[in-house]
Amino acid sequence: MTSTIPLPQSEPEQSWTRYFGFNTDAKVIGIQYIVVAFFFFLIGGFLAMIIRGELITPAADLVDRTVYNGLYTMHGTIMLFLFIFPILNGLNNLLIPTMIGAPDMAFPRLNAVAFWLVPIFGSLLIASFFVPGGPAYAGWWSYPPVSIQNPLGNLISGQGLWLVAVALSGVSSIMGAVNFVTTILRMRAPGMGFFRMPVFCWTALAAQTLQLIGLPALTGGAVMLLLDLTAGTSFYRPEGGGDPVLYQHFFWFYSHPAVYVIILPVFGIFSELFPVYSRKPLFGYVYVSLASFIIVGLGLVVWVHHFFPSGVPEWMRNLFMFTTMLIAVPTGVKVFAWLGTIWRGKLQLTTPMLFCLGGLINFVFAGITGIMLATVPIDIHVNNTYFVVGHFHYVIYGAAVMGIFAAIYHWFPKFTGRMPYEGLGKLHFLLTFVGANLNFLPMHPLGLMGMPRRVSSYDPEFAFWNVLASLGAFLLGVSIIPFLLNMISSWARGPRATHNPWNAIGLEWLLPSPPPEDNFGEHVPTVISRPYGYGLGEPLVEHQAEIEQALILQEAT
Amino acid sequence: MTSSSPRRPGTIALVALALWIGLLVLISVWMAGQSYHWLPVQASNAAPLVDGLFSFETGLGTFVFLGVISVITWVVLMHRAEKYDISDAEPIEGNTKLEVIWTLIPLAIVMGIAIYAMRINHQLGILGPMEHIHPHNAIEAQGGYPGDQLPSESIEVIARQWSWEFRYPGAKVSSTELHLPVDKPVTFRLTSDDVIHGFYIPAFRLKQDVIPGKAINFTLTPTREGRYRLRDSQFSGTWFATNQADVVVETDEAYQSWLNQGASQPLQDGLSDAVGEYRERQKQANPGWATVQPAPPPQVNVPGSNTLPHDS
Repeated sequence: MTSTIPLPQSEPEQSWTRYFGFNTDAKVIGIQYIVVAFFFFLIGGFLAMIIRGELITPAADLVDRTVYNGLYTMHGTIMLFLFIFPILNGLNNLLIPTMIGAPDMAFPRLNAVAFWLVPIFGSLLIASFFVPGGPAYAGWWSYPPVSIQNPLGNLISGQGLWLVAVALSGVSSIMGAVNFVTTILRMRAPGMGFFRMPVFCWTALAAQTLQLIGLPALTGGAVMLLLDLTAGTSFYRPEGGGDPVLYQHFFWFYSHPAVYVIILPVFGIFSELFPVYSRKPLFGYVYVSLASFIIVGLGLVVWVHHFFPSGVPEWMRNLFMFTTMLIAVPTGVKVFAWLGTIWRGKLQLTTPMLFCLGGLINFVFAGITGIMLATVPIDIHVNNTYFVVGHFHYVIYGAAVMGIFAAIYHWFPKFTGRMPYEGLGKLHFLLTFVGANLNFLPMHPLGLMGMPRRVSSYDPEFAFWNVLASLGAFLLGVSIIPFLLNMISSWARGPRATHNPWNAIGLEWLLPSPPPEDNFGEHVPTVISRPYGYGLGEPLVEHQAEIEQALILQEAT
Repeated sequence: MTSSSPRRPGTIALVALALWIGLLVLISVWMAGQSYHWLPVQASNAAPLVDGLFSFETGLGTFVFLGVISVITWVVLMHRAEKYDISDAEPIEGNTKLEVIWTLIPLAIVMGIAIYAMRINHQLGILGPMEHIHPHNAIEAQGGYPGDQLPSESIEVIARQWSWEFRYPGAKVSSTELHLPVDKPVTFRLTSDDVIHGFYIPAFRLKQDVIPGKAINFTLTPTREGRYRLRDSQFSGTWFATNQADVVVETDEAYQSWLNQGASQPLQDGLSDAVGEYRERQKQANPGWATVQPAPPPQVNVPGSNTLPHDS
């Protein structure tokens, strides 16, 4: 170890109990987010199993129709607000500070508050199962007037709790977004200009900008709905002069961009991982980075495509069709850039790489059905049918969740200090890829045939594809078992991870595994080149060789 | 991407590539033809337009999807690192010419699709609530529909939790089964008594939300005789799934005689599966979570049926 180069130090192991308290270390908060998210993932997944159990036969015979409606509503709500957003915020917490060389987030206490709101509104949402009348049942869109019918007339209803939970979720996400945006803008390592920033940070910046712009619309819309429900106002009540379609504008003004909040960081994950496991630089780094912001701009002006049949004039339908179509261009740029990255690479088919490749295939499929949905005449036919459910699940499960799994396997060694098991990981990939396609592909023919979404029973001609979809869903349920086994056993007693087990380039891989609480502390290295310099032989930071030497020495002792 | 390679691809490689692309084109054309079989029978003049667009996009989509899959498969098979080889590949950081090409070609394709779809949109002339009308001028033909015929009949559609009622003001008939004459434009006046419903007949490829507090005029032309399903397409609460009705498209003579026969029948309970299920459910000790009570069955001249075999 040379005395001139200050080096990151490993710390003595800290107590595991810190994960259960109010901790301001972004790496602790990140793991808290991810573990809580997976807890809710299991609940949401269990609800999906009941839904697919009901739909394996045409008749409504497994649960009562009211129960079915409550379950599908809660499945969507839990998976979006309590699984996918929290888990992405978990990854943001782990990756943003370590990737840009910051000691922590810009506002560590705000960060912890944002996290602790998640179990609070999560409990609120779960509590709604136990209030008289049951939970919200109007779908995760909660369109009025169905959502404000309140059959029992109680002040405290499942729908009311749902709205409070969604509003709190919005508050939590806004807090998180302020933090992530500030951290990325203000706390990058010396020498890390915007065009030396890893693409994951670009996509996180883009996604969190969308949160800041879009969320106030949803939160305001939800508060007005809550007032209609509990205080008898008429923002959306037609009999009081309100307009129920207005809510759809508020809802989708945020909730369409929300899909980009989810998928953009996953694009970031793909852009990080394809270079590592192809041993090649990211193809067209600058263009890929900027494409995220083109998607942000376009993503904000497409929301009406969710309700073309609600009664939207022809000029508006055409306008929103064009903007939606345009999104295919920057998205296509990214897909081609990933293909360019793996082309003539030296591919290593590790678990994270398999999840990325599988996720990319599913995403391209979802993109094609997305173009179909964007064209108004086709959308008029398949809107609110299983075609949309299939498209959406290809995006969210097929692409986003698979990308998230890739990220978890890839960065697991960095933040736990242990290696995950490859065999279990590959089994998990296989079950996930087959299960997701078996589950979600049959939904497309069902939608084309005219099976509406959200039905608790259906005509017998839809039975065949529904049986396949249900079998796929059960397979997906099984796929979680090797994942959980892998996570628990490798975290407890997996092989020790070195600082850079994948031979990856990035600031986070110049930290010990797991990194010390303040990451690089006072001694943040100076970045001197672009990320993803695979094969170029240029160091990423000044004194890189010495830093790596010291890390290796440290690991040897 | 081969252009960024220092090696020039050989003639054999180019021929193989051309053959492969030719094969993908053939498969795409075949899929475009297949796509018609995934859709219900075409029973309105809108259906061929929608299906044609869908077939076109299926063909194009198949080509793009298989192209991407081909590249991924090729890379996974041919560009794998040897065992124990942890060295880096040749660093290719980008290629501006390629990036411009793969921006402009997709841009041209999606704009082409959008313009095609816009023209079909115009042909369909689907009406929105900006053109909604008040109850007192109910019968008013709205423009924008292809063909020179004016709608011969205006039918009032009343959506409820959970039943569909159809009123034929001219013939003074009401029903819970929708009868339409074939090959004649018909205008509906869509209203809802409670929540948003979706007026969706898959065989017609048409859908329009029914918004409470508004009356929406909606025109279509059935083109094929048969029995089809009308399904509620906007979630409307507990018995949403049962909120279906049958649509019978028949010759003008059959339609007129159905109207005449219906006019002579007394008002009686129309179809409402929800009412029956609700009655059964109330007998149970622990029926489930809270629900809105179904509206009573509409009083109609002709209840019709919703259990006969339907074409789609």
